[in-house]
Parts: sequence; structure tokens; C-alpha cells
Amino acid sequence: MRSFSLIDFASLFIALRWTVALVVLALLFGAPLALGLAMGRISRFAGLRWTTAALIQVIQSVPLLGLLFFFYFGMPVFLGIQVPALVAVTVAYTLYTAAFLGEIWRGGLEAVKQAQWEAGACLGLSAWQQFHHIVAPQALRLSLPPTVGFLVQLIKGTSLASILGFVELARAGQVVSAATFQPLLTYALVAAIYFALCLPLTLWSRSLEARLDGSR
Amino acid sequence: MNFLPLWRYQNQLIEGAIVTLELTVISALAGLVIGIAGAVALKGRITPLRWMVRGYIELFRNTPSLIQIFIVFFVLPNFGLKLPAFEAAAVALSLYFGAYSVEIIRAGLDSIPRSQIEAGQCIGLSGWQVFRHIILPPALRNAYPAVTSQFVLLLLGTSLASQVAADELFHVAGFIESRTYRSFEVYAVICAVYFAMAMSFKALFAVIGLAAFRWPRRR
Repeated sequence: MRSFSLIDFASLFIALRWTVALVVLALLFGAPLALGLAMGRISRFAGLRWTTAALIQVIQSVPLLGLLFFFYFGMPVFLGIQVPALVAVTVAYTLYTAAFLGEIWRGGLEAVKQAQWEAGACLGLSAWQQFHHIVAPQALRLSLPPTVGFLVQLIKGTSLASILGFVELARAGQVVSAATFQPLLTYALVAAIYFALCLPLTLWSRSLEARLDGSR
Repeated sequence: MNFLPLWRYQNQLIEGAIVTLELTVISALAGLVIGIAGAVALKGRITPLRWMVRGYIELFRNTPSLIQIFIVFFVLPNFGLKLPAFEAAAVALSLYFGAYSVEIIRAGLDSIPRSQIEAGQCIGLSGWQVFRHIILPPALRNAYPAVTSQFVLLLLGTSLASQVAADELFHVAGFIESRTYRSFEVYAVICAVYFAMAMSFKALFAVIGLAAFRWPRRR
């Protein structure tokens, strides 16, 4: 047992890079997949609509902790190969991000009126051009506030990686708490750092929403 | 792949699922009470109280649920409040659910146009009658989808209580895995159980919603 020192303080901030890394990885792989799912959800092909809807429904109805454990402990045993921890965790966060962002973006795409697609078609634009130049920019504007809101969920969700032993912010907090025997100070500090990360995003999301509301 | 070794643990699984449901329902009910009280305070005239509620909402919505559970379980004993794992998780999850509920209920109340309330007053309804007959029914309908989807997220979020060793479903999963070493099968089954519970609640809420809010929408 020792007292809480500057080093403990620093180790929390150093661990923050893993929190950021997990968020970046989840978005890097999750966002393109989410776009695919959103487009699948509004596709002309019923089969594609059903498959993407089912996939999203399944991922959204399972705990994030369950996804993490399934891919971290379960999948390597099933496949019979060594899967690096980072890969397993990235897969879980990617699916989580894709399901939630996919559903948010579908909402944005569907909120753009059908007449906008038709207007594009009248101008002789191809289906892809209608999507790219007419519908997607409007949908993006509409779905930006909930997207930023989801980012907060994702940042908070990365704390679950601590359970698998990833030394990100929450895990560093546990380590420091155990070493210094100062849970109050440590967890208050950890919570404060998460708060400092998430609050600006929450406020930004709210101001985006207010601005959208005014333009209607 | 072999699911047979899990069969003899079915009683533990069922007990775990029951604890999960208890934790969810208790936290949801306590959270709704917090939500209603908070929404009333936000609508009230006492400025310091409004600030406190706002602070509470932002604090609990912008920090991870896991850290909140840790703080209740590991930090509160320093102040002489030593809660067992289940109770600690219930307190933390209630406060987390409560923070979201306040916002949802406030948004539901705000969705009633001022003119409807004034119309009620014009035909001579009392303050309580205006609330009971004009504000409450449409506010409930507007808040209902958000509350129910938040409830399902709470159900999934109770899995975090396993980290302070509350013996709910996810904790049972860890126990079975340590006995059988069947990680893939255990977590596949556990995810399936959560999925079944979540889908059942979604279906139940959809039916209740259809039955309870039958009057037509304003076009």
C-alpha cells in the first residue's frame, strides 16, 4: 500500500490512449459496415432487407458484454485458432457500432422524402447518383445528432474492455485503486475523465439537434 | 461444438435469468420513480433544485455504468454504506436508468402544446383534471417507445452486475465456463437467453402499446 501520487495520475491518462484506440477502431470498421446495413435496410430486395434487419435486431438484443465474451473467449475455441485479443475485441465493438449506427442512419435515410429520390430520377441521375448527391447529404444532416449521441455510448462502452484485461481507463482505475487503496479518489478521477470526454459530445449533439429543429 | 455438458446447469441458468429479471424490474421501477420526481423538479420553480437535477442527469449519462456500479460497491463502504452486490448493482442501475428517465418523461410532458392546456383551463377543468385528462395520456404515449427501449437496454446492462459478483445470468455464465471450459457454447447460450428475454419484452411492449394507446393520432 502506498499513497496516491503523480505517477498514478499519469497512468490513468496513459491508459486513456487505449480507450481512444478502441473508439477509433470501432468507428473505422463499424461505420462502413453501418452504412452497408443502412442501405441494406432500405434496399429494393426483400431478402437483403430481412437479413440486415435480423442482424441488427440480434446484435441490439444481446449485451455488449456478451458480444465481447463471445468473440474473446468463445470464437477462438470454436475456430481452433489463436485470435489476438485486440482482433476479438475489435470485432465485437465493430458489430456493436455497425448495428446501432446502421439503425440510426436508416432512420435518417427514411426521413428524406421519397419525392427527393424521384426528383433525382427525373433529372436522369442513376440510383447511386441519387443516393450520393441528393439523399445521403440530407440524411447525414438529420442523423448527425443521434450519431454523436451514439459516440458517447461507444466511449462509455469501451469501459467493458477492462473486464477482458485491456488496460484502458477503467482497468487502469482498478489497478491504481488496488495499489493505492484509494477507491474514492481513483474512481472519482476515472469518472471525471469519462465525463470530460463525453459531456462536450452530449452538448454538441444537443446543439445540433436544436439547430435542426429551428430550420424546420 | 457440444452443448450437452451445459444441460446439467439448466437450473443455475434459470435462477440466473430470474435474478437478472429481478434486477431489471427493480431498477426500472426505482428509476421511473426518480424519473417522474426529476421531471417534476425540472418543471418546478425552485432553481437550485432544477440545477441539481440537471447535474445529476449529465453526471450519470456521461459516465460508464460499470464505473457507477464500482463506485457504489467499492467506494460507498468507505462512508459506512456497505451494500451487498445485488443491492449495490440495483442502486447504481436505478440511478443510471433514472437519469435517462427524467429526460424521457420531461420530453413527453413538453410534447403537449401549451394551447391544449389552455383549452382545458377554458372549459373549467381543475389543475389536476388538466393533468390527468389532457397532459398525461398523450405524454405517456409519446414517452412510451423511449421508455421501453431504454428498459431493454437496462435488461442488457444488468450483465455488468456480474463484475461485482451479483449472481445474475452473466455471473452464472462465468461459473459454468469455469466448470466446463466450453467458452463458445456457454457464451452462445447466454447470448441466446438474453436475446430471447429482450425479444419477449419488445413483443410484450408492442402489444401493450397497441392496446393502451388506441385513440387516433393527430394528422
